[in-house]
Amino acid sequence: MSLATAELRRLTKRRFVRWLVAGTMAVMVAIAAGFFLSNEKVGPRQIAEAKVAAEREYQDTVRQAEQERRNCELAPGTNGYPADCTQLTPPQPQDFPLDWYLPSSFVFKSDFGAVITTFAAIFVLLGFVVGASYVGAEWSSGSMMNLLLWRPRRLQVLATKLGVLLGAMTALSAVVAVLWTLTFVVIARLRGTTDGMTAGGWRSTALTEVRAIVLILLGAAIGFGLASLGRHTAVALGVAAGVVVVLQFGLYLVLSNADVPYSEIWLLPVWAFAWMSKEVKLENYNSCNYSGVNGCVPDSLTLTWPMAGALWAVIFIVIVGAAMWTMRNRDVA
Amino acid sequence: MTAVLEIEGLRKSYRSRKGVRRALDGFDMVVEAGQVHGFLGPNGSGKTTTLRTLLGLIKPNGGRMAILGRELPAHLPDVAGQVGAIVESPQFFLPFTARDTLSLLADAGGVDRRRIDEVLELVGLRDRAKDRVKTYSLGMKQRLAVASALLKNPKLLILDEPANGLDPGGIREMRSLMRTLSESGMTVVLSSHILGEIQLICDSVTIISAGRRVAAGSVAEVLATHRSAAVRVRVEPGVDLLAVAELLRSAGAPQVTPAEDHVMVGGVERPAWITWVLAQHEVWVSELAPVAVDLESVFLELTGTAPVRGESRQVDETTAASGGWGR
Ligand SMILES: Nc1ncnc2c1ncn2[C@@H]1O[C@H](COP(=O)(O)OP(=O)(O)OP(=O)(O)O)[C@@H](O)[C@H]1O
Ligand SMILES: [Mg+2]
Repeated sequence: MSLATAELRRLTKRRFVRWLVAGTMAVMVAIAAGFFLSNEKVGPRQIAEAKVAAEREYQDTVRQAEQERRNCELAPGTNGYPADCTQLTPPQPQDFPLDWYLPSSFVFKSDFGAVITTFAAIFVLLGFVVGASYVGAEWSSGSMMNLLLWRPRRLQVLATKLGVLLGAMTALSAVVAVLWTLTFVVIARLRGTTDGMTAGGWRSTALTEVRAIVLILLGAAIGFGLASLGRHTAVALGVAAGVVVVLQFGLYLVLSNADVPYSEIWLLPVWAFAWMSKEVKLENYNSCNYSGVNGCVPDSLTLTWPMAGALWAVIFIVIVGAAMWTMRNRDVA
Repeated sequence: MTAVLEIEGLRKSYRSRKGVRRALDGFDMVVEAGQVHGFLGPNGSGKTTTLRTLLGLIKPNGGRMAILGRELPAHLPDVAGQVGAIVESPQFFLPFTARDTLSLLADAGGVDRRRIDEVLELVGLRDRAKDRVKTYSLGMKQRLAVASALLKNPKLLILDEPANGLDPGGIREMRSLMRTLSESGMTVVLSSHILGEIQLICDSVTIISAGRRVAAGSVAEVLATHRSAAVRVRVEPGVDLLAVAELLRSAGAPQVTPAEDHVMVGGVERPAWITWVLAQHEVWVSELAPVAVDLESVFLELTGTAPVRGESRQVDETTAASGGWGR
């Protein structure tokens, strides 16, 4: 336990970590402010204004169409006009739906999912960098060696460090998730609506946030594991960059050029998306399952959140396992 | 007396793409309780490797080690709290202050934080303890390292080149610190290249060369076994020293080296013999002084690393015949 408290102190004392967390918070605040400023509550006044705007636009278009028809009748069949000018159809009022003229408004029920995903994406990155630098700087500065002179049980040391990192990230992201939710409830109240949020809706929101936190912890553990394997922060960042370039762009380009079906499954963000939104349906447009009702229906592959979860578990076990194994067996020199 | 540290037949090879390098080749070492023990050897002879292995940082390929009677590495966690160590130019996390660095170690090891002030005082960093380690000079980092090793109030203190970067005052303070510590019952193992220093403070020494022990014992014993009985001979003015040297050689003296105003004679059992030989040729000796050997010359002889004029010796090169001298 003494080791755990010392490690928690070490983690929170790091200036880099503090600045990174502060910077991330600033980004979050900016995003919330953006949502607040770009949304508006829709009341009778906004609806009346939207009706006026839609009507005005409709009338303008009708006038333009009228002018076009007159031009056409002067010289049918020339200047790109058809020979039969009745083919130029005048616009209809239903071409100008009221929705288009309403200001954007934050509907909690439908819009908050994407907002949680944003939170998850930002915090996965934060977790990765914090995790990598926490153990990477320990190795490259020599403090890991110093610590091992005090606590020679290497696996216990690394496991405690990982535990402290994951614990701290859980606490931080849980607090931020709650604040984030409250902030957007307030934004929805002031600049939109929370209508339709049933108990089931809230439960589903909470579960999505739990999945977001799991993803954040995975990011932190991968950063930690890679930096520990390479004994340097830069190794984790390098591997991450390499994976993005080689696997995510290179391999995907090659496979999709070769028309390999479902090449998207090589894209980690697709899995992250499946994890967050419970499922993603991939379609193979080179296939056709004909049906009299729907015409050609392509083959499809549905990635579900349990599948994504299994993938996360494998990645976690491989990377953290390898880090533990090398910690146990490699010389500290 | 009981052995605080025992090493027998320790072997360690470093593997790399270029092949295998044998850093330790059946190394033995014994340190008795309460002693200040000097650990000497040329660059690359395996001192740091030995200490790292002992501290569980690297895995040996064979041999036996024990600290405070407990077998290593199996029981290292049990004795780690009683072994304070610094290993070769210790590094710290630079953005932390000295006090933070020490308090994190103290917390991790379950040591009372009050001890921090004591050790900071002891190594002379009290007034700079709130500065970041980044702003420290080499010697200040070295002092911090010593402080971190002392923090546990260990029974066995292992210091790999603690004098590295210390100023003359610092070296002298370190010397008296070692004395005080060993008087209080602590056993100290000290690796150093400053042999004058070792001769002053160490009760016993182990000399390592090319991964093997070449000498061990108390300083006096090591000096005695290798007293090559050099004698400085001066004769009455006006006598050709080269001729004197030739006389002695032809009379059977094994080592004769003429110098500016005297002749050094080595390997002679009874110095009086020299007087007798010279007197027979009517050369009168005016001074016949046995030259005390120091640790440095013994070290250079044992490790075969004495500089040879006109040659630059490469590391790992020794002229000494391999094979243990030790007990
Ligand atoms: N990590 C390593 N990988 C490969 N070889 C190593 C490693 N560390 C040390 N060696 C080799 O092992 C041998 C012993 O090195 P060691 O550091 O123990 O010497 P030393 O006695 O401490 O020397 P110095 O007086 O210079 O500190 C050297 O030949 C060195 O090149
Ligand atoms: Mg060394």
